[in-house]
Amino acid sequence: MKKTVIPIGPYHPLQEEPEFFMLTVEGETVVDVDVQVGYNHRGIEKLSELKTFDQSTFVIERICGICSTSHPFAYTRAVEDICDIEAPMRAKYIRTIIAEGERMHSHLLWLGLAGHFLGYNTVYMWVWKLREEILDIMEIISGNRNNYAMFKPGGVRRDINPDDIPLVMKKLDKILPTLKMLYKAVRDDPVLHARTKGVGVLSREAALDFSALGPTSRASGVARDVRKDTVYGAYHEMDWEMIVTKNGDVYDKVAVRILEMLESIKILKYCFLHLPDGEIDAHIKNIPPGEGIGTHEAPRGETFHYVRSDGGNGPVRHKVRAPTFMNLPTYKATIKGAKIADASIILAAIDPCYCCTERMAVSDTKGERLFDGRELIRLSQQETLKWKQKLGAVEPPLEKLTRGTL
Amino acid sequence: MIKRKEVLADLQTRFKKEITDIFDKSPHRVYIDIPPSALVPMSRYIFQDLGARFNIASGVDTRSHIEILYHFTIEDINLLISLRVRLNRQKPVIASLTTVCEAANWIEREIHELLGVDFTGHPDLRRLLLSDQWPDKVYPLRRDYKEWDKGAVRDRGVK
Repeated sequence: MKKTVIPIGPYHPLQEEPEFFMLTVEGETVVDVDVQVGYNHRGIEKLSELKTFDQSTFVIERICGICSTSHPFAYTRAVEDICDIEAPMRAKYIRTIIAEGERMHSHLLWLGLAGHFLGYNTVYMWVWKLREEILDIMEIISGNRNNYAMFKPGGVRRDINPDDIPLVMKKLDKILPTLKMLYKAVRDDPVLHARTKGVGVLSREAALDFSALGPTSRASGVARDVRKDTVYGAYHEMDWEMIVTKNGDVYDKVAVRILEMLESIKILKYCFLHLPDGEIDAHIKNIPPGEGIGTHEAPRGETFHYVRSDGGNGPVRHKVRAPTFMNLPTYKATIKGAKIADASIILAAIDPCYCCTERMAVSDTKGERLFDGRELIRLSQQETLKWKQKLGAVEPPLEKLTRGTL
Repeated sequence: MIKRKEVLADLQTRFKKEITDIFDKSPHRVYIDIPPSALVPMSRYIFQDLGARFNIASGVDTRSHIEILYHFTIEDINLLISLRVRLNRQKPVIASLTTVCEAANWIEREIHELLGVDFTGHPDLRRLLLSDQWPDKVYPLRRDYKEWDKGAVRDRGVK
């Protein structure tokens, strides 16, 4: 059969990770994919070498807008690894609170968009409303909805006001039943099963070979979570479960993320109730020559920072590895054999940034037929509608649903 | 259940000739210096037999050498092993790790363009991050890197 090349991407200035996908398709089936990144390469590693250790914390917080805390968390751990200093316990609890709040709002953001790609615009609106509650909590704690600027090598910059805790606990209690209902809705919806089960499967072997991280690996049965594997933050102080499923398809990735949010609430509640007293900063005076490695389980997987110091006031080398760097190449394994209508949800399933799926463009080799990102999402939504009709679910017409949401 | 001590002792006996230095930094961090020729067999043993995860590689220009660290994590015992190789700065060449695991594919492309290291046996050494306008043989993470784009707009304080 004639092979067709489909270029997807690369740019959307509002998103943080522009990527370019070259899908090779035969009819409706994807047979190969080539991923190109680097459209938003900002040279932050080089920039960080020009800053002091303290300034670098602010620079790397700007790497990602959604998981803005994961990089400072890994970086401060790397600097503390050089000095062989541990942050005080209260600082560790505060760090854990910020990191888990961030995980929740990041997962909710993803879930909303995944719902949108699948044609569930109610889920999209509903989940993002829920996300506002988390952002409110973060604002109460840190003063910011995003880019919290709470971390510093050796501790945290600001303390949590004990007067805020009852209000935050009330908000968490409000979120919990909605999340549980959401999980039940995903679990019981036959249409969602039809669209996501067995789609974009990442096998256990492939997950190991690609060294996939975070929910992407945990959905494929690889029990891998920095929070459990290493002792850091306050994660080892309480009981919580690492969520591992074994199918590796899109459905499992959805399920892992929703269940993880329930665990995050558990962790957050424990931290707020058991926040220890004491210092919040270890007061690092100078950083000796040496090298340090810091890791943190970001919402998308392990963030890895390597920092080398020569005894000066700034890093001489600062290597940053975001989890998507390891997860993106898994497309090579997941997308082969999939339908074009499934491509947007498979590409979204590892939780990269969404620019790629929103900016898809499809044409055949002569350039006769052209879909843009809107068309591809429509294609995906139509597929869901087809399943809904097949399964007898009643739904208002698609036109009404999509208007104004793109 | 394997223990940290046993893993290290095992590595030391197995690769006795290859290991030039071991720096046991802390309970969870070990740095092992090896010659470039030992990288592939040793990585294969750590990745496949010890069941480690390939974290990433990080390259640095130390002015005398190009140094690459390959980081592996053995999750069961919470140990991060970093294999350190030093390459000739004039002509840095090393065998590719893509024969061991697919995960090394992208980072080798990145080090290739940022530090100018050649990975022999890599299936596809295209650029990963730098733009097409970037000139050949200009490596931004080398210490002797000079600004080549005269029209570039610079922030205050950045030379």
